Amino acid sequence: MTSSVVTHDSARRAPASGAASGADVMSCPPGTAPLDAPEGAPSDGDRPGRGARASLGVVSDEELARLRVVPARHPGRIVLAVLVGLLAAAVLWSFVTNPRWEWGVVAQWFFAESIIRGLLETLKLTVLAGALGFGLGLVLALMRLSKSSLISSVSWTFSWIFRSTPLLVQLLLWYNLGYLYERITLGVPLTDVTLVDTRTSDLMTPMLAAILGLGLHQAAYAAELIRGGILSVDQGQLEAASALGIPARDRSLRIVLPQAMRAILPTAFNEIIGLVKGTSIVYVLAHAELFFTVQLIYGRTQQVLPMLLVATVWYVVITSALSIGQYYIERHYSKGAVRTLPPTPLQRLRARFGRRPVTAGAPA
Amino acid sequence: MSPLTSLLRRTPARAGAPGAAAPSAGATLPSADAPSRGGLVEIRGVHKAFGDLEVLRGIDLTIEPGEVTVILGPSGSGKSTLLRAINHLEPVTSGLISVDGEVIGYRRDGDLLHELREPEVLRQRTAIGMVFQSFNLFAHMTALANVAEAPRRALGVNRKEAEAQARELLALVGLSEKEGAYPRQLSGGQQQRVAIARALALRPKVLLFDEPTSALDPELVEEVLSVIRSLASAGTTLVIVTHEISFARDVADTVVFMDQGRIVEQGPPAQVIDHPAHERTRTFLQRVRTGADAPVDAEPAGPADPSGPAGPDASPADHPRSHSPEDLR
Repeated sequence: MTSSVVTHDSARRAPASGAASGADVMSCPPGTAPLDAPEGAPSDGDRPGRGARASLGVVSDEELARLRVVPARHPGRIVLAVLVGLLAAAVLWSFVTNPRWEWGVVAQWFFAESIIRGLLETLKLTVLAGALGFGLGLVLALMRLSKSSLISSVSWTFSWIFRSTPLLVQLLLWYNLGYLYERITLGVPLTDVTLVDTRTSDLMTPMLAAILGLGLHQAAYAAELIRGGILSVDQGQLEAASALGIPARDRSLRIVLPQAMRAILPTAFNEIIGLVKGTSIVYVLAHAELFFTVQLIYGRTQQVLPMLLVATVWYVVITSALSIGQYYIERHYSKGAVRTLPPTPLQRLRARFGRRPVTAGAPA
Repeated sequence: MSPLTSLLRRTPARAGAPGAAAPSAGATLPSADAPSRGGLVEIRGVHKAFGDLEVLRGIDLTIEPGEVTVILGPSGSGKSTLLRAINHLEPVTSGLISVDGEVIGYRRDGDLLHELREPEVLRQRTAIGMVFQSFNLFAHMTALANVAEAPRRALGVNRKEAEAQARELLALVGLSEKEGAYPRQLSGGQQQRVAIARALALRPKVLLFDEPTSALDPELVEEVLSVIRSLASAGTTLVIVTHEISFARDVADTVVFMDQGRIVEQGPPAQVIDHPAHERTRTFLQRVRTGADAPVDAEPAGPADPSGPAGPDASPADHPRSHSPEDLR
C-alpha cells in the first residue's frame, strides 16, 4: 500500500527532478522515507546537508523493495494501559476476595425458582411496557408532526402531562384508580346496552397498573426521541417521495422512518435499558418482579448485599444482551449511510485468527 | 428508440386511490390508451408569494406536447419555484397550471376550483416526473429499489414487475451493473442518472429537471446531459432549469429567460441565446459564458466555442442535436 504511494509519487516527480540521484531517499532513517517522501519534499531544504528537492530523485526498484514502514509508537498509551490494567485487577481482586460479598450466597440464589420467576416478570413488564411505550410513542411523534394543529397539540399535551409528573405518582394513581372511579362501565350511549361493567379494583391488577404507568410514561419520552429522528432526515427525501406520488403512509414508514432509525436507535436503546432497571420501581405496587422478590428474600434472610448482587448481575446480563442486539440492529440500519459496513466483532476475530493479515512490514 | 418508447408508455395510475376516480373537466390524465406522447403544459397568470416576497409575478407559458423547454435565469428569478409549482410541490398563490387540460392541485367545476386532497394530487404527480438538483435518492435503498419504489407504492405494481422494469431503466441510463449499489456508493453523475431512471419509472408525460447538473463535478456533467438529450427525442415533454447554455442551445425547442419573477423573453434558442432582444438577457448570458471558464461552473463546449473541454463522451460540439438513444452510455 505505502510502497505504491512511493512509486506513484516518485514516478510523477521524476521528470521534474531530472537525473538526480536517489541516494537521499536511501539515506533517510528507515521508516521515515516512504511516509515523508510525498509531503516532506518541499521542506527538504530545511534539513542540514540536504540538497533542494531535486535531490529526491528516482527511486530504483531495488531500493523500493527495501523500503519499510515503521508504525508510529505511542509510549504514553502503553503506560496508561498498564495503569488501567493494574487498577482493574485491584478492583476485581477485592470484589472476588472480600468475604462480605458472600459469593456463595449469590451462587445459591442466582438460579433459585423465585428469582427466575421474578426475572421473567421483569422481562414481561419490560417487553409489554416497552411495546406500549414505543408503539404509542411512534403514533404521538407522527401526530406531533401533523399539519393539523388539533392533532399536534393533543400529542404535545400528552407528552407534557406524562413527562412532568413523577413516574412513582403515575404508578400509584393507576393502581388506585378504583378509589377515584369505583366502576368502569362501557356501553352504547343513550341505550341500555352495556358491553363492560366491572369494579375498577378487579380490573386494575398491579401488573396492569405497572404496564400502564411505565408504558405511558415511556411513550411520552419515546415520542420526542422518535420525532427527533424524523426531523433529522433530509427534507429532500420527503419531497422526492411526494413528487413520485408515493402515498403518505409509505412516505413515513418506508422512506423517512428507516432513515430516522439511525438517529433514533442509540437513544432508544438507552431508554429500553433504562426501562429494564426502571421496572424495579414497581416494587411499590408489591408486584413480584425481580427487585421485589430480592427484597422479600433479604427481608427474611438478612443477606442484603448478596441478594442485591443477585439482582444486579441479572440486570447486567439483560443489559449486555440488549447492547449486543443494539450493535447488530444499528449495523442493519446503517446500510446506505456508510460506504462499506465495518466488520462485526466476529468477522474481525475470524480475520485475526483465521488468516494472518498482511503485516505492514515493520522491521524485526 | 424502440425500447425507450415502449418504456415511456404510460400505465394507468392505481385506481384504488380513494376518490381518485377522475372527475369531469376533461380529466383524462391516466388513460391507458393514450400513446406515449408528452403532455401539454399550460401556465396561466401564475403568482407566488412567500410572505411579502413575490417570487412569481404573473407567468404565462404554454409548453407543447413533446417540446423541450429550457428555463434560464439568474438565481432568485423564480425559475425553480415555477418548476416546483408545475407538480404542485409549491402551491401557487394565484393563477393555474394544467397538464393536458387537467388543473394541477384542483378540480375544476365550472368557475370553481376545488382544492384536491392529497391522494388525488399524488395521482396527478405520477404523470409529472421530477429530477432534483441534489438527486434526493432514498439513501437507505439500493439503486434498483429506488427506481422500483414509486411504481410499487404509487401504482401498486407488484415487486417482481417493478424490479424488471427498473432493471430496464437502469440499463437505459447505463447503470446496469450498479443496481445493488446504495446512493452513497455512487458518483454524483451516477446518482443523478439513477434519479432520472427513478423519475422515468412512472412513465411521466412531463419531466421536470431542476438544475440537474449543478451539484456535479464538471467532468460528470456530460454523462447526465447525454441521458437527458436522449429523452428529448423520446417524445416526453421536458422542462429543464439549467445554467448549461450550450446544452440549452443544443437540446431546447424553446428557451425561456426569466428575471425577477417574470418571463423576459422566450423563443427558439437561435433567437434567445444568440440574438437576445433584451439587455437583461444579454448581460446574463455574458456573465454565464465568462463563468464557463471558471473551474466550478465549467460547461461543455458549445458550437460557439469548439476549443472547450471534450470529455470522454461525445460533447454537444461534436454532435449538435444528436438525439438518438444510442447516445446513452
